[in-house]
Amino acid sequence: MSQDLYQAPDYFLMDELLSEEHKLIRDAAREWVKKDISPIIEEACQKAEFPNQIIKGLGEIGAFGPYIPSKYGGPELDQISYGLIMQELERGDSGVRSTASVQSSLVMYPIWKYGSEEQKNKYLPKLATGELMGCFGLTEPDHGSNPGGMTTNIKDMGDYYLLNGAKMWISNSPFADIAVVWAKNEDGRIKGLIVERGMDGFTTPETHNKWSLRASSTGELVFDNVKIPKENILPHRDGLGAPLSCLDSARYGIAWGTIGTAMDCYDTALRYSKERIQFGKPIASFQLQQKKLAEMITEITKAQFLTWRLGVLRNEGRATTGQISMCKRNNVDMALKIAREARQILGGMGITGEYSIMRHMMNLESVVTYEGTHDIHLLITGHDITGESAFK
Amino acid sequence: MNIVVCISSVPDTTAKINFVDNDSKFDENGVQFVINPYDEFGLTKAILLKEKHGGKIIAITVGEQKVEPVIRKALAIGADEAIRINHTPKDSYTTAYHIAEYLKSNSYDLIITGRESIDYNGGAVGGMVAEFLSLPFINACNGLNFSDGIAQITREIDGGKEKLSAKLPLIIGGQKGLVQESELRIPNMRGIMQARTKPLSIIEPSNIETLSTSVKFEKPAEKGACKLVSSDNVGELVSLLQNEAKVI
Ligand SMILES: Cc1cc2nc3c(=O)[nH]c(=O)nc-3n(C[C@H](O)[C@H](O)[C@H](O)COP(=O)(O)OP(=O)(O)OC[C@H]3O[C@@H](n4cnc5c(N)ncnc54)[C@H](O)[C@@H]3O)c2cc1C
Repeated sequence: MSQDLYQAPDYFLMDELLSEEHKLIRDAAREWVKKDISPIIEEACQKAEFPNQIIKGLGEIGAFGPYIPSKYGGPELDQISYGLIMQELERGDSGVRSTASVQSSLVMYPIWKYGSEEQKNKYLPKLATGELMGCFGLTEPDHGSNPGGMTTNIKDMGDYYLLNGAKMWISNSPFADIAVVWAKNEDGRIKGLIVERGMDGFTTPETHNKWSLRASSTGELVFDNVKIPKENILPHRDGLGAPLSCLDSARYGIAWGTIGTAMDCYDTALRYSKERIQFGKPIASFQLQQKKLAEMITEITKAQFLTWRLGVLRNEGRATTGQISMCKRNNVDMALKIAREARQILGGMGITGEYSIMRHMMNLESVVTYEGTHDIHLLITGHDITGESAFK
Repeated sequence: MNIVVCISSVPDTTAKINFVDNDSKFDENGVQFVINPYDEFGLTKAILLKEKHGGKIIAITVGEQKVEPVIRKALAIGADEAIRINHTPKDSYTTAYHIAEYLKSNSYDLIITGRESIDYNGGAVGGMVAEFLSLPFINACNGLNFSDGIAQITREIDGGKEKLSAKLPLIIGGQKGLVQESELRIPNMRGIMQARTKPLSIIEPSNIETLSTSVKFEKPAEKGACKLVSSDNVGELVSLLQNEAKVI
């Protein structure tokens, strides 16, 4: 990839709504991405390899469990800081942000919210530094948008539980040390449990040949009569609401993250359009290109404020699942459209790895599907405003 | 070793430069401020020295409250405490005066400034502080080590290098080479969290007059359009250079 010349747009001076510490955290993440992600990410994607040398740095900039209290080794930041870190990571690559999202919202969050004190002390500090990496198993081969239908199950054997079933499309699974897995007990109630690598009967085959999120590693979780010690069950909540609350946190991070990709695509296209001369003029001087760029910055700005407001509501503990769905759906769609338009502004150059746009565009095809598809989020909003469920 | 690092808050290198008030004042609207890059080399050197020899790093800046993000960043990167002298820096003399006044009643072994700040390029503060405190000043340093408590310094001179040695206390003006760019530190989360509780003292300055005042700033002339002359038309090129560009 050519040199990272990124300059973040801030058309409506949103920086003035951020605290001094927010900006310090955001700028540190931004600098880190320039230094440690931009130079290596293109090659990692081309080779479809997760760059595991970045784990330590992700821990150092606070990307793992930003809001986890310091007594469990977390940075204890607010929700806006968490969002800003995700924005900067995804500006670099959605796969990098995915790795951090999973570790934070899907592994640390449930252990923090629903785990025992022993579980928190055992896992959270090591997850915060990246010494331990985790993954989250909800989706199954036959249950994607409808996770409540899951068939993965546990049986109470007296001293332990016996876990059977399979999970699919699991980010970080091929290298994760632990997996937070959701399974039904004999009563059909969904329980969360911590499965550790090395347990007998537990394997994590990798999913190959993805055209999207190539720098993030994805795989399956296969459980063949795995004995789970009773102390590995998350004791403080069960039912589908437990995994869904984790998704709320992750989706909120995605809402910020995709602003980062959109900004990167816009910034790249803007710079290119001023430098690229056709018909004796920079292409930025043509109305058609200006329309694209003007609409991009408009959409980015709208998304920034929607998401900032969502952050304030989350800080106050008032953000609803419906609001988070709306924001995730809006922002991913916005970023995807901007990536496609920005790619066209770069003409042929837009399809090469010299620029980040095509990579962002392909990554966003996963982001628009995982953590609730574009359609499902619309149904969530529809349900919220009409009181009628259109899922079934 | 107590190391004092002078930090100045300057516009980011990518900032658009404009002036207001009849071109007498820099327009700060929408401009991002960063640690002066030369000072950042100095701060990083101080951190490396502290890691090797122990001691304390004090970051000092002269500026209004709005420069605090920059000094807070210095704390997050590794300074132990920070001093802000609450004064709008208008010329090198007042800035140096205030720094020296603070240092007169505080202990230090080494003072590091940047060789210049990248905004006004004065390059005078270090030398003036040295004069106020009767200390040696070595500018444009691109290497600093200690052997037996004596500073061994290299500095850049036109077309070459000079090696010097000096006793502490001492003031140096640093630049790239003092540390490498790859050694510069990004504040990590632990640093940012610690910076919340590190002391940042605000000192009210004594009232002194500036000795010089900026009257007008002028930007370099806009780059003219580029004219292409075909390679088999040397005559036209010479004539353009002579008559239009008037450079030969
Ligand atoms: C790269 C990647 C990483 C992932 N990481 C994880 C992870 O770490 N952990 C995890 O648990 N999961 C993960 N997932 C899974 C992801 O959450 C699911 O792919 C997603 O929920 C959709 O499920 P599905 O693929 O089975 O699609 P389906 O549910 O089969 O959906 C197919 C299509 O049907 C539509 N559809 C489904 N139901 C309805 C309905 N009621 N009304 C209208 N339309 C409907 C959908 O919108 C979609 O367009 C990941 C996925 C990908 C691609």
